[in-house]
Amino acid sequence: MTDPNPNRPIPETAVEVSSIDFYYGKTKALDDITLDIPKNQITSLIGPSGCGKTTFIRCLNRMNDLIEGAQLTRGTIRISGVDIYDKRVDVIELRKKVGMVFQKSNPFPMSIYENIAYGLRMQSIRKKTIIDEAVERSLRNAALWNEVKDRLHSNALGLSGGQQQRLCIARALAIEPTIMLMDEPCSALDPIATARVEELLFNLKENYTIVIVTHSMQQAARLSDHTAFFYLGKLEEFGDTSKLFMNPGNPQTEAYISGRFG
Amino acid sequence: MTTEPQEAPTFFAAEKNPIRKIESAVLLLFRLCTWSILIAAAAVFLTILIKGLPIIISSQFPFINTDFLTQSPETLHVFEHKGISYELADSDFRAFQEKTGKTIPSATYAHSGGGLFPAIIGTLLLVIGSMFIALVFGVLSAIYLSEYSKPGKLIDFIRLSILNLAGVPSIVFGLFGFGLFVIGLNWNVSLLSGWFTLAFMVLPIIITASEESLKSVPQGFREGSLALGGSKWKTIRRVVLPYALPGILTSSILGVARVAGETAPIMFTAAYAVRDSLPWEIERWSDFLSKVSWPCPTTFTSLVPKFLKTNTPNVCSMEQHWCCWSSCSRLLLFPCCYADIFARETLGNPLQTYNYGLK
Repeated sequence: MTDPNPNRPIPETAVEVSSIDFYYGKTKALDDITLDIPKNQITSLIGPSGCGKTTFIRCLNRMNDLIEGAQLTRGTIRISGVDIYDKRVDVIELRKKVGMVFQKSNPFPMSIYENIAYGLRMQSIRKKTIIDEAVERSLRNAALWNEVKDRLHSNALGLSGGQQQRLCIARALAIEPTIMLMDEPCSALDPIATARVEELLFNLKENYTIVIVTHSMQQAARLSDHTAFFYLGKLEEFGDTSKLFMNPGNPQTEAYISGRFG
Repeated sequence: MTTEPQEAPTFFAAEKNPIRKIESAVLLLFRLCTWSILIAAAAVFLTILIKGLPIIISSQFPFINTDFLTQSPETLHVFEHKGISYELADSDFRAFQEKTGKTIPSATYAHSGGGLFPAIIGTLLLVIGSMFIALVFGVLSAIYLSEYSKPGKLIDFIRLSILNLAGVPSIVFGLFGFGLFVIGLNWNVSLLSGWFTLAFMVLPIIITASEESLKSVPQGFREGSLALGGSKWKTIRRVVLPYALPGILTSSILGVARVAGETAPIMFTAAYAVRDSLPWEIERWSDFLSKVSWPCPTTFTSLVPKFLKTNTPNVCSMEQHWCCWSSCSRLLLFPCCYADIFARETLGNPLQTYNYGLK
């Protein structure tokens, strides 16, 4: 929960999104979104299904480039002051800085060790000491080290669902991004695994800017510093989590968080 | 025992309506169809085995007629000498004549004596070479079509053309190979021409199968890899291909069966009807592939037109014929089946039981 102290310093901005429109073919998915995501804090995106949360988060590392006919038609997204949709931006470099964890955990069908080393190998890092060190560090950061340290070389698909998701988080941490995008990372996890992931995110925010999509109001409320409420492709409300939940400025937001629709 | 209920329970009793009759009639129909196919297949294989096995299996150690598998085909001489009737292959017949010191009149049957060795070697060489070429071309173009190309009218047209190619009769491929490789590129009737002709013939199978296999790779793998800063090619090489490969290989076994079972294109491009020399029986090694190269020493299946061409069917040739089919099925069919099963069991399953952690 955020500290409601009004005198705290205004946080630095990690991602500046200014008035973006996004289309899938002829369907408008995002309508005039403007949003500043603060650095080293957790920002959660809430809203009913199909409201554009996932589309929005996938714009931030240009994952939507993979989808045929999907395009940003207006507005800019700046990370560290650079427009990431500029022609000169290399998507590979962008994705190294903006990591992503997906809703469905998707470990590769290889060993736990190789899963973590994957991102480093993509960057042609071959030195074993560096990789070993990165594997241990990121597994420790993802609170998975103690559970898997004796079977690093067994297949990652043998892990439980919660472990697989934490492995995916560890894998994303291994390449040391500055921003972590998480698309409903806990949707397939039980409450215990969810609690572990949340604890992990809380510890990570010291070094990372985290954007998390969630369907759980409680999760958004207890975890995030800022919350954005999306509805029908529009950003209805954005602000401090405590304010948004205690005293929503928009009747739609209030209806949604109190469970009257969505 | 006598206390059995006299009446059927009424509550769960089967209703007397036409639906039940239709159900059982449909089931019967399906059963009949399956069994008739099984019986037909069994009849074919049993006939081949029963007629062919007595020639392949011998009563002495090593219990297999090794001559049949290791010798070249020869002309069979059938004659009578001092009241005993003989059936000897050409070389044995000459030795016999020298031994007795006189010329013995005999009835001759071309290609009915000796063995199958050149056909075995020929089949192996053709299959290995053409499958290699087909896999390289096929898998690479399938990767382009399913991973790189932008969907559109042109790509749909290309895909349709590939599917159409699969339906082209093999003799047309034979003529194409004859025109392009044998005459056009002046490669002559050679192993090289045969390799490329057969490779083009199985390409549609390989491309279609590989594309299906690539499509079955979960999108999550691609996204996961790209989100970790992987380039497109590295993603394909490290994640997509390893997952798709078992599928590609199992389906290309279909291609192996088609190459090995082909006749017309081989007759046109790779093998002379009467030519039984072996690859190492050449003057220079460079002749192996070059345009003056030796033609491929025929294959199992091209023995069939050969038999028909050189012989009117007769007792002796038919015997050889059955034997040929029998060893053909043993050497070719069974390994293919086993390779298929092996590939599915050992390569396919561990990957395809991937279940997003629902265990």
